[in-house]
Amino acid sequence: MKDMLQRLQRDFNISDITERQLRLTTFHVKKQSAETLLRELRDREGYTHLNFMTCIDYIEDDIFTLVYMLHNYDKKNTLGIHVNISRDDEAMISIHTLWAQAWTYQRELREMYGIRFPGSPRVDEDFCLEGWDQIPPMRREFDTKKFSEERFGHRAGRQSEQPRKHMKVELYPNRGGDEK
Amino acid sequence: MTQLTGHSSALDFAQPEPVDMASGKYVKLWQGPQHPGITGNMSLELTLDGDTIIDCKTHVGYLHRGFEKLMERRSFIQNFTVVCRIAVPEPTFNEYLYSHAVEQLSGIKIPERAIWLRTMNLELMRLASFLMWIGGMSGAFGQYTVPNWTTAYRDFVLDLFEEMTGARIYHMYIVPGGVRAGLPDGFEKRARDIMDGAEKLLDQVERVMFNNAVFKARSKGLGIITPDMIDPYGIVGPNARACGVERDIRKDEPYLAYDQLNFETITGKDSDAYERAYLRLQETRQCISLIRQCLDKAPKDGPFQADMPNVLHWKIPAGETYVKAECTRGEYGYYMVTDGSEFVRRVHVRGPSYTHAIAVMERLAVGNNIADIAGLMVSLHTYPPEIER
Repeated sequence: MKDMLQRLQRDFNISDITERQLRLTTFHVKKQSAETLLRELRDREGYTHLNFMTCIDYIEDDIFTLVYMLHNYDKKNTLGIHVNISRDDEAMISIHTLWAQAWTYQRELREMYGIRFPGSPRVDEDFCLEGWDQIPPMRREFDTKKFSEERFGHRAGRQSEQPRKHMKVELYPNRGGDEK
Repeated sequence: MTQLTGHSSALDFAQPEPVDMASGKYVKLWQGPQHPGITGNMSLELTLDGDTIIDCKTHVGYLHRGFEKLMERRSFIQNFTVVCRIAVPEPTFNEYLYSHAVEQLSGIKIPERAIWLRTMNLELMRLASFLMWIGGMSGAFGQYTVPNWTTAYRDFVLDLFEEMTGARIYHMYIVPGGVRAGLPDGFEKRARDIMDGAEKLLDQVERVMFNNAVFKARSKGLGIITPDMIDPYGIVGPNARACGVERDIRKDEPYLAYDQLNFETITGKDSDAYERAYLRLQETRQCISLIRQCLDKAPKDGPFQADMPNVLHWKIPAGETYVKAECTRGEYGYYMVTDGSEFVRRVHVRGPSYTHAIAVMERLAVGNNIADIAGLMVSLHTYPPEIER
């Protein structure tokens, strides 16, 4: 493990190597080297399983951190590869040719964060949100409360915590709360 | 055990060519989101040439409730009421992994008794989930006796959950720091009785379902997963084990009390719908054995909760973790990033259905008959809510 990380440091200039827990190590790599590094890990180091791919929005630093989680079944090791990309120029090299499932993650990241993955299949098709016309909702600046109030209107809370009273006053005012 | 030889360059990752719908030769048919042959609320957009599927696209989003987003705005303990809803038939795995991730980031060690109670709770969940799945699989091939048996028997397992946790579906039993309660009086005997009954039921299921000529004829050879698909598609759990790939997190990287339980990883040979179903039947039996072992070995007294900070003002040190467990469908994982505040920075939930129901399903469906699509889908054992999170 140590040898591999040293070699990756030399060849790919990886940084911030952190052992998070037993069998989980994370490090950063530059955007330009990420695809080659992932290919190297898959083909030469046995990290053949892409656990998942996701994104963290560090709005205060104006960056997105893409996370590729890879697992080596033989060594029982997991690597979290972090790639910082600018929130303004939110584009990343697609890895759909490395893993047959990667395009689904990229499609979701496109919808939820607005990150572009040029060449990734069906990347601009709606994933979860059909007809979404707001900013990508997983970005930190998207305010779920404000959105729901604007879209669905304000719904007043109950006046009483007593269900019987609530039914009587709010739902069946003309029937005295009697459902018979 | 099948030896994997890395990535096959011959494996075709390319998306299918668009179908010329204007030619009038093909029909488009939507299976779901409301359809008895679909697992949960999702839909398959099928393009048919006669009754043969030539293209399949999975559509999700009918259950999207934005859990991962919601979790960024709620305190750690408030999130606890959200996570169990991510996989409806198996909430316990979400409870465990969320709690485990929080405990790992905040350095909390849980008591021995809680470890055993968690293990038993997870195995009971596996049993309940498999019983429901057997019913779905059998129903998808037109056998309606078995679903009545297994779904009804699942209710006895839910009775155990009700006794143990106070709830039948969303138990919220495994909490950060341990579990909420010990076992009630007489639970062990009732659990053993239900396990005995479940074992007899599975024998009957095997006779009625797996020896049925129609089920065999229709499920054998359907939706074959080959070993070279496993890593590129991220296939895990029984779907991978059924083609001989010996991978089970409980065995490979034991968590909770699994290293003290006696069991072997079950594998198959050709991962078609029949093989996958039969493997799950064997794993259901194995599950009963694991529950019995938990009942034998779990400490009868002692603390079941670690000392916890005031959860209303709980701040967790900055960190990052990925925890995983073997659910009925394979690797289920929680990736959690904290920044030292009262809120989680990011949670990503990795469910096996994400790849099984989309990339794998779209590939396996092509070339099959429309009548077999429901059986194929259930044989992959997918839960849409864990895709949409």
